Amino acid sequence: MTSRVAITPAAAEVIRSLRGAHGPLMFHQSGGCCDGSSPMCYPQGEFRTGSSDVLLAELAIDGVDEPVTFWMGAAQFERWRHTHLTVDVVPGRGSGFSLEAPEGVRFLIRSRLLTPEEQADLDS
Amino acid sequence: MTTYAAPGQSDSPVRYQSRYDHWINGEFVAPALGRYFENPTPVTGQTFCEIARGTAEDVEKALDAAHGAAPAWGRTSVAERANILNKIADRIEANLENLAVAETWENGKPIRETLAADIPLAVDHFRYFAGAIRAQEGSISEIDEDTVAYHFHEPLGVVAQIIPWNFPILMATWKLAPALAAGNAVVLKPAEQTPASIHYLMDLISDLLPPGVVNIVNGFGIEAGKPLAASARVAKVAFTGETTTGRLIMQYASENIKPVTLELGGKSPNIFFDDVSTAHDEFFDKALEGFTMFALNQGEVCTCPSRALIQQGHYRDFLDAAVERTQKIVQGNPLDSATMVGAQASNDQLEKILSYLDIGRQEGAKVLTGGERAQLDGGLSDGYYVQPTIFEGSNSMRVFQEEIFGPVVSVAAFSDFDDAIKTANDTLYGLGAGVWTRDTNTAYRAGRAIQAGRVWTNCYHAYPAHAAFGGYKGSGIGRENHRMMLDHYQQTKNLLVSYSPRAVGLF
Repeated sequence: MTSRVAITPAAAEVIRSLRGAHGPLMFHQSGGCCDGSSPMCYPQGEFRTGSSDVLLAELAIDGVDEPVTFWMGAAQFERWRHTHLTVDVVPGRGSGFSLEAPEGVRFLIRSRLLTPEEQADLDS
Repeated sequence: MTTYAAPGQSDSPVRYQSRYDHWINGEFVAPALGRYFENPTPVTGQTFCEIARGTAEDVEKALDAAHGAAPAWGRTSVAERANILNKIADRIEANLENLAVAETWENGKPIRETLAADIPLAVDHFRYFAGAIRAQEGSISEIDEDTVAYHFHEPLGVVAQIIPWNFPILMATWKLAPALAAGNAVVLKPAEQTPASIHYLMDLISDLLPPGVVNIVNGFGIEAGKPLAASARVAKVAFTGETTTGRLIMQYASENIKPVTLELGGKSPNIFFDDVSTAHDEFFDKALEGFTMFALNQGEVCTCPSRALIQQGHYRDFLDAAVERTQKIVQGNPLDSATMVGAQASNDQLEKILSYLDIGRQEGAKVLTGGERAQLDGGLSDGYYVQPTIFEGSNSMRVFQEEIFGPVVSVAAFSDFDDAIKTANDTLYGLGAGVWTRDTNTAYRAGRAIQAGRVWTNCYHAYPAHAAFGGYKGSGIGRENHRMMLDHYQQTKNLLVSYSPRAVGLF
């Protein structure tokens, strides 16, 4: 099945660890300054999504009971919708209020263009 | 040209402590949980001190101190507070070089910028708000001949401030100066990427402030920032950062019905009309420098002119000259005064920029110069350096729509005035913009038509106190750098007074 968002094994490992410490999790993709343009990871429900947000994916991760939701502001999504996103993790220092920062790592988005077939599939 | 010795070397003007605790009630306080984290310099990637890893317990202690200090501080006369702000400014000025070295070592930015901009602007900012609070007046409204409404400014009390890492000392100053001038006590959380230079500053000025008026809690956003932003004990939250955290802070503040000011970044257009190139004179040279401003502070500026829009008539010639100018940028050791572009502030910032260089290429943007990580030698090989990069593409590409926060500019052509404004405004953000033209009518109309809080006209990246700075659209709420910021740190008290002895006659 065509997806908009994937996650690397290394990032999935961090998610499993954070899930154990904090319970069910969510991502909201940030834009803008400083720590921006990065996926922010929160306990599910900590960040209140609303009608201005789009749910891009429910990531199934081995060893995590429930899917990890991946959200983005709708206006931002209009500018990103032609790309496929992969949540990765790199050594890092800080990232807003995202849960992974104290562990010395930081989630990062890697992107590629969706193929015409994927785009058609997702738009249908 | 001078190369300053790195902090820690015997001939350096700066000596950082090996460890910084929280600064609460006028003294260092160890974190309740006893945990610390390492603080590396982006210049070499090596750790140079450790920092208290704060939690909710520490935030409460800082709030206790701030609440203890706030009533007396709020009652001081404006003359007294202005004098203190002026003394702080004098102290910073007397230590300008040390603070510049400290800031460069912590953030990675070139010393020529900290010497010429960050620290002098901080000095001026404290002086500006010292003057602004002295000049501020309440107001009187005459309702009728026997009834008067008096309006007094009162401090909010205890405010929370969350500081970004791109200009650690200057951004702390932007927030501290108006808050202190207005009579508030502060609990401040520096960015975890750049927590030490603010302590270095505090060491220099702490004797000038009563204990508890400024408190610094270090730590990570989720562990220290959240309990501060979500606290019912703060009267206001000021934050500079990005959109998702900005929304989260608004959500926390809504639970307590507290105001926020937010500065959340941008994707600022820098517009060059055809007439810029009618002569190759001083102004043309200034415009080329204006283009190259995308590399200022390694692009780690919320107002980075990261979209250059160039009119068709002079597009190729101007762009060729701009590429040539960009290629003359000197990148190297941030402590060398010849260096124009230093290190990105952190490893994750470096990785994010590289991920955008990747998607930019995939989307078909053409790399005109740069496009890679910069590998420097001389002990800098583990530092976080990126080549100044020019992409050529179209405004719908992600490198035109997202804040990369690196030395990366994306260039596109426009046909006429309307096309320029349409493209300039085709963004989620509205913080800064630049307009370059020799025609004052064009400049005025463009400046008014662009949906951004600051439109630099025939200049860029100037941040004088006394010019309001803040965003339209997704770029935030509030205006810093100006007297009007005092309003964001004050309550209005209205006394509605009747001087008539007669009953109203209703009962």
